[in-house]
Amino acid sequence: MPEPIIVCQDLWHIYQGGVIALREANLTINRGEIIGIIGQNGSGKTTLVKHFNGLLKPTRGVVLVKGQNTAPMRIQTLAASVGYVFQNPNHQLFAKTVQEELEFGPRNIGVPEEEVAERREKAIEFFNLQELRLLHPYRISFPLRKLVGMASIYTMRPDVFVLDEPTTGQDNITTHIVYQLIKRLREEGSTIVCVAHDMILLAEVAERMIVLRDSHIIADTTPREVFSNRELMQSTHLTPPQIAQLTLRLKEHHKMDQLFLNVDDTVKDLDSQLHSNSPK
Amino acid sequence: MSDRKPIIEIIGLTYQYADTERPALKDINLVIYEGEYVALLGLNGAGKTTLELSLNGVVPNMIMGEMEGTVKIDGMDTDIYPTRELAKVIGMVFDNPEFQMSQMHVSEEIAMGLENLGVPTEEMHRIIPEVLQTVGLSGLEERSPFALSGGQMQRLAIASALAMQPRILVMDEPTSNVDPIGKEEIFAVAAKLNKERNMTVIMAEHEVEVMAAYADRIIVLDKGSIILNGSPHEVFGQVEILEKIGLRVPQVTDLAYKLKSQKILDWPLPLPVTIEEAEDFLSKKLPTKG
Repeated sequence: MPEPIIVCQDLWHIYQGGVIALREANLTINRGEIIGIIGQNGSGKTTLVKHFNGLLKPTRGVVLVKGQNTAPMRIQTLAASVGYVFQNPNHQLFAKTVQEELEFGPRNIGVPEEEVAERREKAIEFFNLQELRLLHPYRISFPLRKLVGMASIYTMRPDVFVLDEPTTGQDNITTHIVYQLIKRLREEGSTIVCVAHDMILLAEVAERMIVLRDSHIIADTTPREVFSNRELMQSTHLTPPQIAQLTLRLKEHHKMDQLFLNVDDTVKDLDSQLHSNSPK
Repeated sequence: MSDRKPIIEIIGLTYQYADTERPALKDINLVIYEGEYVALLGLNGAGKTTLELSLNGVVPNMIMGEMEGTVKIDGMDTDIYPTRELAKVIGMVFDNPEFQMSQMHVSEEIAMGLENLGVPTEEMHRIIPEVLQTVGLSGLEERSPFALSGGQMQRLAIASALAMQPRILVMDEPTSNVDPIGKEEIFAVAAKLNKERNMTVIMAEHEVEVMAAYADRIIVLDKGSIILNGSPHEVFGQVEILEKIGLRVPQVTDLAYKLKSQKILDWPLPLPVTIEEAEDFLSKKLPTKG
């Protein structure tokens, strides 16, 4: 039974000066979903997700988080439900060591010391930060600093993680760590909302994609549907991952059941295709 | 090819920034020919930016550090010729164009560099509209650079570099701060300059699928050394080496590599790097519909 965790009803946001950044957004996010939010800069993605943790309040319409209207709620209260991991960890990190960074959030919302330590240790284990714990966040590489940014939100134990471009500036190794972390967070029952231009990431992890264009939600469906829809891709100037483009083309004339979202699934399908058709 | 003219020659270049423990570049030997489109790949800290800065003499002339070896740009030794002279041959575009912007209007932004080189006003009036047209910013002359989108701002940085009429354009992760439309625009401008004007393009970039389609040559740096240097097919064919140092290959290359190494399909070498190449081969192997 899906449990709605974030609900937007006729949500509009108009910035001072009259710029309409979001029009008539209707959206229900259920607990445990991994959702990708895509669109060009200025399409309304960030405006939308900033309503989830109260960084922005609706100009019109309603946002409900766990059934509660966010309009009168304080950001600190909402932060316990929705954690926002910034694209640039430098906007988020300011303690002297990784360890202190991980303690700051929970302590700030009044978690007892004993539990602060417990959450810190859990985060260090989950994000594999053992060797970094006593280092200054600015002494570690940018990709790892981004993981620390995610870990510091993890210690807040939010129901929902909003990840803003989690793979930007990551190398291939840390990108794979991010994939694994997102999947593990979901296994722990978290809901993930991922704002990204990285289509390979979203093809790998997202189950549902929300596409924005000119302040409107213009699609809300599976990644496969989104990447199959050439018109939608063209009108939003988004490019599906190379493997999705390849399998979309192949499936037009050949026996290929569907568009594939990643290399490993394509390998498996080709293996069964080529071996089930009696080799010469 | 013997008729190709070397425009960049690097011999035994080792460079170490002051107060660091290891050299940022180690014994780099490299020749780049006029008209080549070269992609630089490597993790953060691999030496891409240092290598680029060595091309216009900023390294070693303006940054504290120690250099060995020789860098020649169109025959000019960067140790002897001032950056000002080198700037006439080589234009640079960085990943954060906003740090380069200082003027109130787009056209002034371009004029500034020209004034510094002492270009007469008349000629500036000819050059400015021309470079704006090249990068697709005509009509935005009076706009503030800071009111441009990320992609437009980056194209303005390209226009400012082009105004000096360089023969080499060096771009350091030019698309890292722009959205997908902006990326398309920047890649299109770079490809146009390379194809139509035979401009040498050197681009540090993470988008391997795009570089596979555009670049003539891929150079991979790891910990200050060049570890791979060849055509996209030659370089991306080295899947194991690239994965080991944390770099991705195009998805179709990865697909072909896996099919081949798991003995599912005997993909002939070279492995594909573009969708078209992969489609060509697979469409012959897969049964057709119906």
